[in-house]
Amino acid sequence: MTEEIIIAGFGGQGVLSMGKILAYSGAMQDKEVSWMPSYGPEMRGGTANVSVIISDERISSPIISQFDTAIILNQQSLDKFENSVKAGGTLLYDPNGITKPPTRKDINIYKVAATEKSAELGMSKVFNMIVLGAFLKVKPVVTEEFIEKGLFKSLPERHHKLIPENLKAVQTGKELVETVNKS
Amino acid sequence: MAKELKLMKGNEAIAEAAIRSGCDGYFGYPITPQSEVMEYLMLEKPWEKTGMVVLQAESETSSINMVYGGAGAGKKVMTSSSSPGISLMQEGLTYLAGAELPCLVVNVVRGGPGLGTIQPSQADYFQATKGGGHGDYQLYVLAPASVQEMYDFVFDAWDIAFKYRNPVMILSDGAIGQVMEKLYVGDYVPRWTDEQIRKIAPWATFGKPTTRDHNIITSLELDSAKQELHNLKLQAKYREMEKNDVRYEEINCEDAEYLFVAYGSSARIAQKAIQLGREKGLKVGLLRPITLFPFPTKRLAELSKKVKGMLSVEMSAGQMVMDVRLATENRCKVEHYGRFGGMIPTPHEVLEAMETKIINA
Amino acid sequence: MTFNQEIIKPENLVYTKTKVLTDAVMHYCPGCGHGRIHRIIAEVIEEMGIQDKAICIAPVGCSVLAYNYFEVDSQGAAHGRAPAIATAIQRLYPDHHVFTYQGDGDLAAIGTAETIHACNRGENIVIIFVNNGIYGMTGGQMAPTTLIGMKTATCPYGRDVQLNGYPLQITELLAELPGTCYVTRQSVHTPAAVRKAKKAVQMAFENQKNKKGTSFVEFVSNCNSGWKMSAPAANKWMEENMFPKYPVGDIKVNGEKVIKNA
Repeated sequence: MTEEIIIAGFGGQGVLSMGKILAYSGAMQDKEVSWMPSYGPEMRGGTANVSVIISDERISSPIISQFDTAIILNQQSLDKFENSVKAGGTLLYDPNGITKPPTRKDINIYKVAATEKSAELGMSKVFNMIVLGAFLKVKPVVTEEFIEKGLFKSLPERHHKLIPENLKAVQTGKELVETVNKS
Repeated sequence: MAKELKLMKGNEAIAEAAIRSGCDGYFGYPITPQSEVMEYLMLEKPWEKTGMVVLQAESETSSINMVYGGAGAGKKVMTSSSSPGISLMQEGLTYLAGAELPCLVVNVVRGGPGLGTIQPSQADYFQATKGGGHGDYQLYVLAPASVQEMYDFVFDAWDIAFKYRNPVMILSDGAIGQVMEKLYVGDYVPRWTDEQIRKIAPWATFGKPTTRDHNIITSLELDSAKQELHNLKLQAKYREMEKNDVRYEEINCEDAEYLFVAYGSSARIAQKAIQLGREKGLKVGLLRPITLFPFPTKRLAELSKKVKGMLSVEMSAGQMVMDVRLATENRCKVEHYGRFGGMIPTPHEVLEAMETKIINA
Repeated sequence: MTFNQEIIKPENLVYTKTKVLTDAVMHYCPGCGHGRIHRIIAEVIEEMGIQDKAICIAPVGCSVLAYNYFEVDSQGAAHGRAPAIATAIQRLYPDHHVFTYQGDGDLAAIGTAETIHACNRGENIVIIFVNNGIYGMTGGQMAPTTLIGMKTATCPYGRDVQLNGYPLQITELLAELPGTCYVTRQSVHTPAAVRKAKKAVQMAFENQKNKKGTSFVEFVSNCNSGWKMSAPAANKWMEENMFPKYPVGDIKVNGEKVIKNA
């Protein structure tokens, strides 16, 4: 199994940390992982993206241009990455702020209203974990047990008390995800 | 050795390796995409753990000269930077090579020329492997292709640097610096004591005991006859490196008819291209130089008698390909494929280049 | 020979060269201040008993070969970089006595950044700065400290501020930095000046022993070759022209600026 993922959105949405938690969780589950962020000035208030690979084999290239899954959190990223999803692949997006929804028919498309839900629950800090939950429902590349371990490993100790809230958000995401298109 | 699993960026792995390999001093100046090296060190406060000195200098010119000072005093010292900063260090590097000082310089390469871009590149190959500054000299150049190698090569660098009394460069790039991968770290190697330094580096300026004359570290010799002798000694040293310390990796070379030659990030991409090629029934393999100087010339010469063609894949306009051509001496077709300015080739386009430029050409 | 042996007896000895200077014959021009400044430093190192801990960083300039004369472990620096080199060694060997020996071009032109930042960090080093207002080694070109109107090979009609800017009083500038502990300007053109200068060098190395931060000793000196004068004339010219711009005396002691009486 090799899953090549792009996560893209605005800086500040927790894109990089979501990828990090996913990578840590994969590593905890004894998989090969890589996490490759976009970096530099484009991060300052602009868009941010990270590619994460989780695999049972040695990862050849951490630099990828086509993805099994795209997790998309704003319109610019949707415009940029919709066509980079492999045929038969998966696109998951948050409809908040999306004016031109994805149109491809040859990929599986899901949406998760994580922005809306996290605001409603007063959980805006764990918005990204709702999205992660939705992804894991669609693509269970790591099991929940290892998500918890990944959180422990990736969060600084002073934030460990927030782990239960994070795990609750993952559950919320799993329940919230909706199918838009089946290829 | 106890192995501990971590998940780290390549830049952080360099810093962690510095602490664990008994490095005495790091001197640096911030530049993207390698600033995490010093940031990580400052956060870890190694001066409390191992006594390692970490200092942010006022420029790369200054940090490379701090390295000169520390190295001349027998300490394990290093700096890291990215392309524009490394250009600024060329003065210091030629002095280090001339004065025969062991040290480690990490270049996390970004696209150029000039201020260029902050995205990954391999366009500093010539600068790294052909001297870089003025005069006839060589750095020993290691090219890591993973976070684990970023870590491991710091340890290897000290061995080589002190074996030959020569600066070692780790030539990485923005992708390997920024990517986070699994990393196994080992035990701490203690820093050398003053006693050990006296034995390992008796030539160093650690203070003159009454038992010997004063030691002098310099690259100056105004007597041309003596300067020529010094140059001959340096050249002999580089020939020794070529004889004893060439490193490379072969992937799918046994039955290969066509060979990718690639290092660092490009080697990772070529590896994926091999996978795609083999799925199509193409007998492709990879020769990955791990040391760029000394270059695996001999091995490439041997392989050139076996294969039908080679494609040098680099994130540059074609630099390493010159060394591949020199090694193969027209025995097989050698072409170059590259993207540059911060662009990274995809495995698909690399395979396509192999097909159009070599296999079907 | 027997005649000499008669004279060379300990009881006849009135002066001896410090053992912190080698027996190498110095290449400096007759009348140049470098020899006296070398001697002062070497004597202080001997008297303080720190020869085994002293490390000299030689510059590019007339004193490029200083490491051949000081019988201490030494490094030759790239042009202007001595304070960076000294910074690293002093930090890696905090109980040692690292000092740089630099000319005006090295310290105040090409090495300005290294000088200012080492002083600003308060590196526990001693900086010896020899200012003769000219590039001696390369054949008498304009230095950052060349006086207005003074003729050199690259300002043959005299330094013109429109063209070349002003003489740089780097020592006063460095005294403004909180990192400097001791900043002084000395000369070695008379026996009395030599005695005073030696006390200054001594204070610099004592400060370093007590880890007080950067000590900076400027020597206003002559360059009779570069100035194209006899040595006595050069000393006189220095007193009349250099001293008004670069007045001799302490500028900062123990971290406090010295208030000059009006």
